[in-house]
Amino acid sequence: MLEAIILTVITAATPLLLAATGELVAERSGVLNLGVEGMMVMGAVGGFAGAITTGSPLFGMAVGMLAGAATSLVFAFVTLTLVANQVASGLALTMFGLGLSGLIGESYVGQPGIKLPSLSIPGLTDLPFVGPILFGQDAMVYFSFVLVAAVSWFLFRSRAGLVLRAIGDNHGSAHALGYSVIGVRYLAVIFGGACAGLGGAYLSVAYTPLWVENMTAGRGWVALALVVFASWLPWRAALGAYLFGAVTVLQFHAQALGIGLPSQYLAMLPYLATVVVLVAISGNRRKTRFNTPACLGVPFVPDR
Amino acid sequence: MRLELVKRPEMSRKMMLLSPVIAVGLTVITAGIVFALQGKDPLQGIYLFFLDPLSSLWGLEQLAIKATPLVLIALGLSFCYLSNNWNIGAEGQLTMGAIAGSILPVLAPEFDHWVVFPMVLLMAAAGGAAYATIPAALKVRFGTSEILTSLMLVYCATLFLDWLVRGPWRSPTGYNFPITVDFNSAAVLNSYDIGGVYLNFSTLAAVIAVLAFTVLLRMTLKGFEIRVIGQSPRAGAFAGFSARRMTLFTFALSGALAGLAGMMVVMAEIQKLQPSISPGYGFTAIIVAFLGRLNPLGILVAGIVIAISYLGGEAIQTTMQISSKVATVLQGMLLFYVLACDTLILYRIRLVGGRSSRETARA
Amino acid sequence: MTGMPGGDVTTTMSEGPKRRPAATGEMLLEARHVVKRFGDNVANDDVSLRLAPGEIHALLGENGAGKSTLVKILYGALQPNAGEIVWKGAPVVIESPAAARKLGIGMVFQHFSLFDALTVAENIALASPKGVSMAELSASIERVSAEYGLPLKADDRVADLPVGIRQRVEIVRCLLQSPDLIIMDEPTSVLTPQEADQLFITLRRLASEGCAILYISHRLEEVRELCDRATVMRRGRIVAETDPATETVASLARLMVGTEIAEVHRSLSDRGPPRLALVGLTLPSNDAFGVSLHDVDLEVCAGEIIAIAGVAGNGQGELFDAISGEKPAATDGAVIIDGHPVGYTGVNGRRRLGAAFVPEERLGHGAVPGMPLSDNVVLTRHSTKDGLVARGLMRFARASEIVGLITDRFDVRKGVADPEARALSGGNLQKFVVGREVDRVPGVLVVSQPTWGVDAGAAAVIRQSLIDLARAGSAVLVISQDLDEIFEIADRIAVISRGYLSAAEPAAAMTRERIGLLMAGGAEKRGEG
Repeated sequence: MLEAIILTVITAATPLLLAATGELVAERSGVLNLGVEGMMVMGAVGGFAGAITTGSPLFGMAVGMLAGAATSLVFAFVTLTLVANQVASGLALTMFGLGLSGLIGESYVGQPGIKLPSLSIPGLTDLPFVGPILFGQDAMVYFSFVLVAAVSWFLFRSRAGLVLRAIGDNHGSAHALGYSVIGVRYLAVIFGGACAGLGGAYLSVAYTPLWVENMTAGRGWVALALVVFASWLPWRAALGAYLFGAVTVLQFHAQALGIGLPSQYLAMLPYLATVVVLVAISGNRRKTRFNTPACLGVPFVPDR
Repeated sequence: MRLELVKRPEMSRKMMLLSPVIAVGLTVITAGIVFALQGKDPLQGIYLFFLDPLSSLWGLEQLAIKATPLVLIALGLSFCYLSNNWNIGAEGQLTMGAIAGSILPVLAPEFDHWVVFPMVLLMAAAGGAAYATIPAALKVRFGTSEILTSLMLVYCATLFLDWLVRGPWRSPTGYNFPITVDFNSAAVLNSYDIGGVYLNFSTLAAVIAVLAFTVLLRMTLKGFEIRVIGQSPRAGAFAGFSARRMTLFTFALSGALAGLAGMMVVMAEIQKLQPSISPGYGFTAIIVAFLGRLNPLGILVAGIVIAISYLGGEAIQTTMQISSKVATVLQGMLLFYVLACDTLILYRIRLVGGRSSRETARA
Repeated sequence: MTGMPGGDVTTTMSEGPKRRPAATGEMLLEARHVVKRFGDNVANDDVSLRLAPGEIHALLGENGAGKSTLVKILYGALQPNAGEIVWKGAPVVIESPAAARKLGIGMVFQHFSLFDALTVAENIALASPKGVSMAELSASIERVSAEYGLPLKADDRVADLPVGIRQRVEIVRCLLQSPDLIIMDEPTSVLTPQEADQLFITLRRLASEGCAILYISHRLEEVRELCDRATVMRRGRIVAETDPATETVASLARLMVGTEIAEVHRSLSDRGPPRLALVGLTLPSNDAFGVSLHDVDLEVCAGEIIAIAGVAGNGQGELFDAISGEKPAATDGAVIIDGHPVGYTGVNGRRRLGAAFVPEERLGHGAVPGMPLSDNVVLTRHSTKDGLVARGLMRFARASEIVGLITDRFDVRKGVADPEARALSGGNLQKFVVGREVDRVPGVLVVSQPTWGVDAGAAAVIRQSLIDLARAGSAVLVISQDLDEIFEIADRIAVISRGYLSAAEPAAAMTRERIGLLMAGGAEKRGEG
């Protein structure tokens, strides 16, 4: 029972973690992209299409990643080059993504997908309890942790990461020092889109190998909340993703655990938990002041 | 080649009017490309999508029915956005408003009296407003992002409605379908024949609201307050305006309008509750608000344009076998175009060729 | 933070400052016939400038004269439309600030180009060549900064540093690149007079080592004291090049402005009863970056101008908000206007009692940038008896009428009848926001930085209007960082330092030295003198 719960928590947390890590990088550079849901759902349809067309789930993941990145490019052009309002553009991206994925995916509805295989190491995977949990996951689960470690190293140990954080803290100064604010932000937004696309593809290739319209069901928004919860620190995003994963799967196991709430109330839990967590986290602004990018959501126009 | 923005000394009045027109024009072109990509005749598609809905009385009637809730909700949202309050949960407020308004006709179906009608509308407005006040209060009290909370509450409201119509409110005579009892005649919006087009009271209400919001925004101190707080919060505080009260006010107002709009849709079209009562009016209204440049009269026009796209989507599906989902894609594109074209109001755009400043060189 | 990627590139940085002097007699830098246009506006019109190695060269001019544009071109932040730049005898194209730094040109910005959330070392790393490890960099920061008498700790977070120390970070950031030219934009505006003297010692030492300094300042007295030569700009052109030691402050000012500046006339103050009183005003800061106010006492009387001097960031903003009512006080009696306790009253209640306020930020606080002037009149006067609002409805005709009155009286120059606030030049907008309040003939006027970044003509108009208002019986409180301005208009002077306010003393008895000591923290020892 516990093993089954932990396994479902991991698969529920992975797409959130992928998307949140990408958005975290974009936000660290000062761009608030509310279109995570749209990029994720494009990744989901792209991933599904890629997997069933070629028969390779990993190729599907790659297509999902590209779909997410391509979608984010639209947002980047509108908000960075044309300095449109980031909040409104993010909403537009979500609506656009939901609409376009529905259109593209119409022919895939009801088709069986191809599932990303799980690791299987004879001897290790067969170990009781820890075997399936530590050595029986699919590639993306391991990748998500590599990604978090890499992003954490990049942000806090590399010079390029320092530049990115500097741009998020004060784009005027970064510009005055000769850094390309717009260029770095483009890259950060595209990285965020690629990660969201991966997260979406994980849903349609690994989590439930199916295409269902709007199948992200608000996970992109939860990923956005996770970034706030994590106060822009990658490892805390991982913690948050697993907490949310746990809340999400609670509904599937609630009946077995003997919780007699109607299913609709259980389904509300992740959304309510998001609200509660956001409220709880907004209490300690002072502690997170150095991690919150000061230029988040502020458009930048260089004077020439 | 790259784009360079040159700031205008003042906002361009011309572009304020022109930018939505350009955006719609770009959407028409995009639509043509989409139709062509699907191997259909782009001109026929454009005609069916954008003009066919206007060519019949029935089309005009459907147009009014679709545009009415969009305009009502977008009006409320425009006040939120003008004052920098990002309410994106109108769909949830619509749902909760409709639930609150349905309490009387569902729980007391025998109470068939004229007083039910205003009570239903009042309770719907109050329900929507109360639900909208949650994210507003959290923002004011804790500084919680209203964007995320208002959206999360949409999912909760939809699930709550789902539980109601499958659980305690399910009609005993509904053959186990997830529906409530039919509303009695006092809780129904009747349509009237106006020159061959059947319209109900809600369309009139939307037009009245447009006029009222125009006056409120342009002529009163309250409207001034909304604009000042939105453009410059610090100056708003200097003027003695409270941004917190404004957050509560605009959220409650937009929630009330969303609730009202949702209730009137229910009263006019399905006359009972069911798991799905709106085709995403609360989200589409966000597009309407921006396409209308957050201006009440602009929103009226924008509501009609977006309603056309709904009907156009149906028209191309039945006539040309193109998926009606094209409409959703085009609505998303339209919002992008509107936001992008708004840049023209504050900036002149220049195309610069070849080597330019380091912005490109160092990326 | 250790282990920056690729740490094996050697640079001169770890060796400490070393200079390669230009050949004897050769100019270090020449700007020849530089032209820069922004749209229709010519910011630099055929500008030529020559800098010799080791000279301290002043660049003078009013706001909008084109100094910043020229400096940005020299630092590679802007590209000229025409003209050329010659560096150590060879023409160069300075493509970017990084290219400028590579040539040996460093810059200390007026509004610092620092990153609050990062440490001193990280800030400096961002302007240093790639490939130096953080540990190495930290060591050289602490060594070089100590060597030049500007000690810094590499691990301090910039947000926690006072403004004077932040400037050190900027200067040390330049020094670590062993520059041949340092451009400084108004460096002393954030320093006490004593700190400024210390800076001059550092600058003279740098000059003696062969580093040239291009020094932008509007403090003409210090330019005369420090600089070897001065180039004066006016409306985008060079109008004079002179030895400042042979000029007077007045003659330099004439060169900058082009005409005689109206002198401010000041009659003797005839002090009446107190109209604004602060009684033990204490206000804890609710912003992590803010300054708390400690037990502030002050009485401003009818007929007088009191000026509050102080280095930026010592609680001036918080004090202004507390007096205006944007932040309520802890007790009702902490702020008193004409005998009424108003500590709990909002900004409009205080206005109705005859108080008026002009904040430091013109755009975004004192005025809404995107709104026309008529709307900006309503901004601060909608609740006073000006007839701007009747039964909730705005009266637009009345607003336009008031705009006309202000425009005429304060000579606000504007292109159209009712332009947006942001379309006005700094000086004209400042005349408008001051005029908007003075026009009401307020009993109490509180003005923060009345002439910050304003041309000399507008400054004279504004200062005169403040004096006239006081002499007509109002109490005027001016918060300013400009000591010249303070001595020109104030009857009494108090000094704010880290949220403490010194007792107001007659201006005639105050000296710059004494104000400097109070700025540096003397005000905290209360009860002295």
